[in-house]
Amino acid sequence: MAPTREELERRRIVGVELERVANVTSTDFPGHYPGEDHSWDLNDFKKRFKIDIHKANDLDYEFDLIGVDASVANAFRRILISEVPTLAIETVFVHNNTSIVQDEVLAQRLGLVPLRGDKKGFQQLRWRKKSPDEPAAEATDFNTVVMTLKVACTRNHATPATETDPAKLYFNSSVYARDIKFAPQGRQSSWFSGAGEIRPVNPDILLAKLRPGQEIDLEIHCVLGIGQDHAKFSPVATASYRLLPSIKIKQPITGEDAEKFASCFPKGVAEVQKDKKTGEKTAVVVNPRKDTVSREVLRHDEFKGKVELGRVRDHFIFSIESTGMYNSDELFLQAVQILKKKCTDFQEKLMES
Amino acid sequence: MQREGYVPPTAGGGGGGTGTGSTRPGGYGGDVPRQTSMKYLCADCGKSVTLNKADPIRCKECGFRILYKERTKRMVQFEAR
Repeated sequence: MAPTREELERRRIVGVELERVANVTSTDFPGHYPGEDHSWDLNDFKKRFKIDIHKANDLDYEFDLIGVDASVANAFRRILISEVPTLAIETVFVHNNTSIVQDEVLAQRLGLVPLRGDKKGFQQLRWRKKSPDEPAAEATDFNTVVMTLKVACTRNHATPATETDPAKLYFNSSVYARDIKFAPQGRQSSWFSGAGEIRPVNPDILLAKLRPGQEIDLEIHCVLGIGQDHAKFSPVATASYRLLPSIKIKQPITGEDAEKFASCFPKGVAEVQKDKKTGEKTAVVVNPRKDTVSREVLRHDEFKGKVELGRVRDHFIFSIESTGMYNSDELFLQAVQILKKKCTDFQEKLMES
Repeated sequence: MQREGYVPPTAGGGGGGTGTGSTRPGGYGGDVPRQTSMKYLCADCGKSVTLNKADPIRCKECGFRILYKERTKRMVQFEAR
């Protein structure tokens, strides 16, 4: 006994009511509905699965992931945040630091600076094992990227005595991320050369301020890591998803109410349409995607029973904001690869036992 | 160049980079002959002051009696966490 179309549509919607959220869990698994087969089927999945790209900038990516379960979408999100490896500053060797910023604070600050470089070069890099008794613990050109930061502040004698701006009075009064210089070791000079050399993504990050006579002289070692270990290794600023809002008008909303209905939503969600012959105003939903699901419409008695708010359970509006080492779209593909690898590893383990 | 973790200055070693030497390979601040004079910074005028063992603690430029010790010249290791 197959369910009707309306029934299937009803099951896809998470109800958003005035004071509660209804119909939260997904029910498309075997054994939930008697007489219905909900076992996972590849062809079925292929038919329903869809990706729509809405915004595709280097660092900002938004797309719709349609037809997957929340567990899968969430797995991608979590992998993006904490399991895609990136390069970050891990150890700082301070030769001299007479600035006002303490060594520990400066080191911590440096750690959070996002780095970028030739993406093909990064494929050559390997993990650096933390524990000293493992053979890979020693720093080599395969696991450690060396950078230096050497800045000293001096007085600019060419400025008039009335000058008060430190940026003009002194040379190097501020230390920026762009002052961190890449010092290639071994084969790294061929992996990261020219425009592909390792450098901070944002050159204008202020690291410290100096006054004449003060100096910062550091050697910096960067290693590969994952966000699980420390947030500085996370390749994304945010990776998040929301469900597509759905607004259903069950009875026509006309006249003054139509105007009020449209004003209950953010701009572009609902509109008032005028009938050309009768001149009657009717409210229509144009773009539920823009809705913030504020439920404002449910607070007014005139719309009681006329409108139903909800969210589409398997329609994820995914947004990925990269910190700059990889482009956002590459990040999602990497996340897919990591999940895939986890699945095959798990499968192998299952076969062994 | 290999660098192990930070080794705290050994007791009895003089400050300002005149330490009695370290056991680290690759040697930062290796064996340096012990100096009798020390450099300090004047807290008032900021000039460098060299003092010998019996000298009064006083800036030779401005006569100020507060002197700061210079920062160690040894390399110090930190984790960027």
